[in-house]
Amino acid sequence: MVQISRRRFLKIGAGTIAAGSALRNAARLTEPARAAAESGVRTVPTFCNVCFWECGAIASVRDGKLWKIEGNPLDPLSHGRLCPRGTGGIGAHFDPDRLRAPLVRTSERGEEKWRAVTWDEALNFVAEKMQKIRNDYGPESFAFFTHSLGGRFLRHTLRAYGVNNIAEPSFAQCRGPRDVGFTLTYGDDVSSPERTDIENAQCIVLIGSHLGENMHNTQVQEFAHAVGRGASIIVADPRFSVAASKAKFYLPIKPGTDIALLLAWMNVIVREDLYDKEYVGKYGFGFDQFAQIIQPYTPEWAYPETGIEPEAIRATAREMARYRPATLVHPGRHSSWYGDDAQRSRAIALLNALLGSWGRKGGLWVPASMSITDYPYPPYPEPRRPAADNPGNRYPFADESVSNGLREATITGRPYPIKGWMVYSTNLMNSLPNQPETIRAIQNLDLLVVVDTIPSEIAGWADVVLPESIYLERHDELHTGPFKQPYIALRQPVVDPPADQKPNWWIAKTLAEKLGLGAYYPWKDIEEYLAWRVKSSGYSYEQLKRDGVILGPKQPIYFEDGAPVTFNTPSKKIEFYSVQLQRAGFDPVPQYTRPDEGPPGSYRLLYGRAPMHSFSRTQTNPLLMDLMSENSIWLNGNEAARLGLKSGDYVRLRNQDGVLSDRVAVKATQRIRPDCVYMVHGFGHTSQGLRSALHKGASDTQLLTRYKVDPLMGGTGLHVNFVTIEPEV
Amino acid sequence: MPRYAMAIDTRKCVGCNDCVAACKTENNIPLGYTRDWITEEVHGAFPTLQLEIRSERCNHCDDPPCVSCCPTGASHIHDRGGVVLVDHDKCIGCKACIAACPYNARYVHPDGYVDKCTFCIHRVEEGLDPACVAVCPTHCMHFGDLDDPESDVSRLLASRPFHALIPEAGTKPCIFYLT
Repeated sequence: MVQISRRRFLKIGAGTIAAGSALRNAARLTEPARAAAESGVRTVPTFCNVCFWECGAIASVRDGKLWKIEGNPLDPLSHGRLCPRGTGGIGAHFDPDRLRAPLVRTSERGEEKWRAVTWDEALNFVAEKMQKIRNDYGPESFAFFTHSLGGRFLRHTLRAYGVNNIAEPSFAQCRGPRDVGFTLTYGDDVSSPERTDIENAQCIVLIGSHLGENMHNTQVQEFAHAVGRGASIIVADPRFSVAASKAKFYLPIKPGTDIALLLAWMNVIVREDLYDKEYVGKYGFGFDQFAQIIQPYTPEWAYPETGIEPEAIRATAREMARYRPATLVHPGRHSSWYGDDAQRSRAIALLNALLGSWGRKGGLWVPASMSITDYPYPPYPEPRRPAADNPGNRYPFADESVSNGLREATITGRPYPIKGWMVYSTNLMNSLPNQPETIRAIQNLDLLVVVDTIPSEIAGWADVVLPESIYLERHDELHTGPFKQPYIALRQPVVDPPADQKPNWWIAKTLAEKLGLGAYYPWKDIEEYLAWRVKSSGYSYEQLKRDGVILGPKQPIYFEDGAPVTFNTPSKKIEFYSVQLQRAGFDPVPQYTRPDEGPPGSYRLLYGRAPMHSFSRTQTNPLLMDLMSENSIWLNGNEAARLGLKSGDYVRLRNQDGVLSDRVAVKATQRIRPDCVYMVHGFGHTSQGLRSALHKGASDTQLLTRYKVDPLMGGTGLHVNFVTIEPEV
Repeated sequence: MPRYAMAIDTRKCVGCNDCVAACKTENNIPLGYTRDWITEEVHGAFPTLQLEIRSERCNHCDDPPCVSCCPTGASHIHDRGGVVLVDHDKCIGCKACIAACPYNARYVHPDGYVDKCTFCIHRVEEGLDPACVAVCPTHCMHFGDLDDPESDVSRLLASRPFHALIPEAGTKPCIFYLT
């Protein structure tokens, strides 16, 4: 008999089950049978999904059981070496907390009580509710939140249904400000994987970017190589990051003052005539106005703002100029920090432009791409109303959907009601700031469907939870990255899912059929679709299945080698001075605003990444939890001593709005400024179904009740919260 | 006869734990146990700091106290490469080796025997690098033959400053940290 604790037993009402208890048993029927039938080692090439980098990998199955996964040597992203998350990714298959069967809610939203149902029942329920929303409000009143490549098929189904509100929190809560800042400057963003030529850079400048802890595989590989060959590294960070420990120059900058540092660097480079005059003359627009505007921003001006000595600012500016154009000022990725982030990113873009590094070897290369034919689907219906996330174009430079704008529309019902959400592979409770706002929005919905692999916090609020098979158990959309050398990669199943989980393509196709949209899925199964796309593009599907990756033709990726020089800005040049910003009422050249201070005695809350986890979605992977099972709060050692705290002491954090965190261990360290604290994002889970991660460490998102919206593009600056520390008694 | 050793470049290591993850999957290490681990050593005061990050494991010492103290001969030196191994069948779990090891490199496996890093000898004998070396995204780890002056390990030790851990224990460790 299955052991059930009294506490758990009491939670199980008539006709309901708590997530992840009885459902777990279904697994035991299938796995041993399969394992018994298979002996020896077989390998399957596929690509990783623990983060969005999606490295090519080869999985090994031994005696029918998933054994290990390694990098695919043919893959230009991993070069045959995965990161720790990729290596530990197989743990997701064995995760005892993962979702196993479709669930329909049986009590109040957020109480995490469900009834396990068949796929047919779950998808009928979803389709019926969706039809009702379409009839009552129109298809625009249904919104889709998604992340990464896996959501492509659901997006297709929903666009066929008429959805035009499709948001990825990776825009407004992450990379959006950076992409907008670069697009305003160069007419193009830095893409993903980023076009950073760390491999050939002689000087690498990291502003808060913590490569090595932020484990974007290719970049970390190239960064370590750069360190090994003696590249000059400059790191500006309030925390002595791992990258800072490799740096020739470490600048312990005051949080929120990066634009002041960037302006002072540019001031020195212009004033001392160190910029690439030929490049700026050939490609630049509005340089003279720019030079005029930045003229007052000397290192002496920046010093009291940033805390960085003028001589250190000069020395690092000269160091960058010395190695140009092989100086890469890294654009970063997660850039929604202070609410002026698109302008900060634009300042980074402009510094790169002064150094002549955009499009040049050792700077930012021009992506090479290969053409893969799209499957010929019927056209999508035209939406009758514009998207709801950005009414009146109030964020004029948002070039993707603003997730927090969509949440706001759901709360206010303006510009029109949003009555249904589907959420795929993004734990909105932890990706959007201010959790109470997210809950208010959810309470206005007629339907919340969550497609996920684990019972995440957002799944806890769902009406219907659809369990997706993990990446090692499914086919997926082709991965066709523009990169230094273009490639196509195939995700294919390595092992069977342990229970009734289904691949996203199957969920999307079946839902489409139930919505009467079967015409949008003329193919019978995913391999027919994938093979069609690959063959129609002139490549061999058999080769792709065998090798996992096919490389496209090499192309020039540097201006000097003949890569296309195109700037898709209004002036068709690199915009040192932005007329479109000026016309929209914004600073045509980035300006510095002093960040708000916190209440006396409080610390600014900063957060970042650890190499062992991705967002809040890996904390029940037993292998990755074995590497890092909870986060800690980094606190300057002198501050810790003053508060009578030492490493390992448990505390709680209280933010400026009175929100109290879960208990979290102190890391008393010299590696951080005394005015801020730091924690790794993704811990402190509250979903009861995530048994192995529940209340392990503290949640940064819970404490991010405040956010500062970027007026250019709607991104949410998140480094604007302050906490005090309360010892745990 | 080869003498296997590792040279680990602390300048390149980012402490990502990939070596730990790869060891765990390659060798099917039970959850909660590990044969290798990351150590971080910080010196100085903010902001003038030095950080050394090290991937650590059994040092496969030339003079291994874990072997000399073993009452059953389970702890032994492999006949190739000087690799220190534990014969699980002979091990009685007495933990004398655990007490003798200055590096805290051994643990009692839930099945009752003592376990530790094997330098992935099963891979090495097939011509592969140990799993931790093969996975490392920073390429900071090098495995090879100390007795071959042309090996990566020998050349790195000839050209770069390095240190070993707890040399004063006199066990002649064979893992070297390049600085």
